[in-house]
Amino acid sequence: MRIAIASGKGGTGKTTVAVNLAVTIARQGRSVHLCDCDVEEPNAHLFLDPVFSGSWPVTVPVPAVAQDTCTHCGMCAEICEFNSIACLPSRTMIFPDLCHSCGGCWLVCPQKAITPEDETIGSISTGKAGELIFTQGRLIVGKTLVPPLIEAVKDVPGDESWIIFDAPPGTTCPVVATMQGVDFVLLVAEPTPFGRHDLALALELTRQLAIPCGVVINRYEGNPGQVEKFCLREGVEILARIPFRRQIAAACAEGGLAVDADPEVAAAVSGLIDNLRTRAVMA
Amino acid sequence: MRELVVCSGKGGTGKTSVVAGLASLAKDIVLADCDVDAANLHLVLDPVVERSHPFIAGHLARIKQSECLACGKCHQLCRYSAIRQIVDEAGDRTFVIDPLHCEGCGVCVHFCPTEAIDFSSRRCGQWYVSRTPFGPLVHADLDVGAENSGKLVTKVREQARHLAENCGSNLILIDGPPGIGCPVTASLTGADLMLIVTEPSLSGLHDLNRIVELSAHFRIPAMVCINKYDLSPRLTAMVEEYCTKQELPVIGRIPFEPLVNEAQAAGRSLIEYAPRCEASRVVTKIWHCLEFQLSASNQLRG
Repeated sequence: MRIAIASGKGGTGKTTVAVNLAVTIARQGRSVHLCDCDVEEPNAHLFLDPVFSGSWPVTVPVPAVAQDTCTHCGMCAEICEFNSIACLPSRTMIFPDLCHSCGGCWLVCPQKAITPEDETIGSISTGKAGELIFTQGRLIVGKTLVPPLIEAVKDVPGDESWIIFDAPPGTTCPVVATMQGVDFVLLVAEPTPFGRHDLALALELTRQLAIPCGVVINRYEGNPGQVEKFCLREGVEILARIPFRRQIAAACAEGGLAVDADPEVAAAVSGLIDNLRTRAVMA
Repeated sequence: MRELVVCSGKGGTGKTSVVAGLASLAKDIVLADCDVDAANLHLVLDPVVERSHPFIAGHLARIKQSECLACGKCHQLCRYSAIRQIVDEAGDRTFVIDPLHCEGCGVCVHFCPTEAIDFSSRRCGQWYVSRTPFGPLVHADLDVGAENSGKLVTKVREQARHLAENCGSNLILIDGPPGIGCPVTASLTGADLMLIVTEPSLSGLHDLNRIVELSAHFRIPAMVCINKYDLSPRLTAMVEEYCTKQELPVIGRIPFEPLVNEAQAAGRSLIEYAPRCEASRVVTKIWHCLEFQLSASNQLRG
């Protein structure tokens, strides 16, 4: 089963849920691969202390101009929708940071003066933390082309029975790239007005992508609030409630596991796994 | 006119709550919510929307089926796998463009032999100018799953500058998005000062490091405040040690305050809701530091 852990809002506990879920599945003796797709701010490794066995760069093709064959006709600059080419009378300039690697310029160039050249945007590392297989992507600071790096991370897992993708916050291209092709999305929400507002956005995205989803309420304080009312009204199932306690927050802050810090969290995560397993069987 | 960006790297460290607090203390400012993916500032500023505009950016390719020969050229050239091939029972092929994957590059449009691909402008969201008790607010909603978040951020900042010039305001206070990608880059370029809101956790420290690298990349001076500092004294010490090494001033340690959630539920900033609590006192101190820094850099420039 391929599961994405997402939320519109940042800091709701996506990584906490992803890591504790993956570790618990591994402790139950099942094969599991956790992928950190939050390549802008990858944090899952901080809780896992993995031993990496492989690491490689991820590149995207960007244009390189052979100035001696270029006639500065301007067709490349004209086809480029991203303003990444400026064609001056005696020089054609490329701004690789704006390039989306569409290939238009090298396809259109009548002189064949433009060739694709690899530009490194980040790296992938893969390894193990105990029995858990772990892969992460890491964007180079200053680069902005995120989706190709996420897609490269998602290409790593093999035939593990559980594959878990920890998504970045938000509802735009990086999140779409993470959710694409998964069987189920877990939306992690916190019971605050900001949390409810952004849960609605993330839910809307899962609907556009037609992926089934369920909600995990993190930092639950015992009274049914507006997040629960919202889920009821929208017909979205709440699959787990993770309580708020200072000692859980303190353990997570130090890179510890919430399931080890509090038996109630351990029970909530086990229940979540049982629930997801019945879904996997049904699917 | 100066631009102050509140950002964090990690999400959920309390950027928006800090911005709302600063807004209620500052005078004659323009506010800009640049977290266009998941904008929240409007939830605590009680805005009255005065103008709203569709955000049109880039293009969307769409195949006009009646003119399509199903040659498959577009499918072969699209580098975003946005063009789906559907084969029916008779073996006939149809090509369809998935708007969620289309980046609007126009390669398919250019190379289609029968000019069967339409390339119209794309609506990616909406932006608003609102009135709040603390000054005008420019905010936006990017459509769910839409492209061009960086361009929408640029639009919001442009409008905020325009408003600031018109109403003689000398400061734009920007609520930034999490991360270090497109929308963050668009929020930071050309800004005068960054306030980084971090939290005492290994994740917070890890992400602080990356946003600090980005601030160095753009050469924007930065100051740091540690939110919920009392949740982990050990990590707070580590964050402070890191900041000392990086020569970053830590201008406030905000204690964990459960009233923040109550204030949010009441649609108010903490400063308005509970002006006497310790967290409000610290945010006030942070504002004075920022004010001083902004006026000092103003004098340097002037």
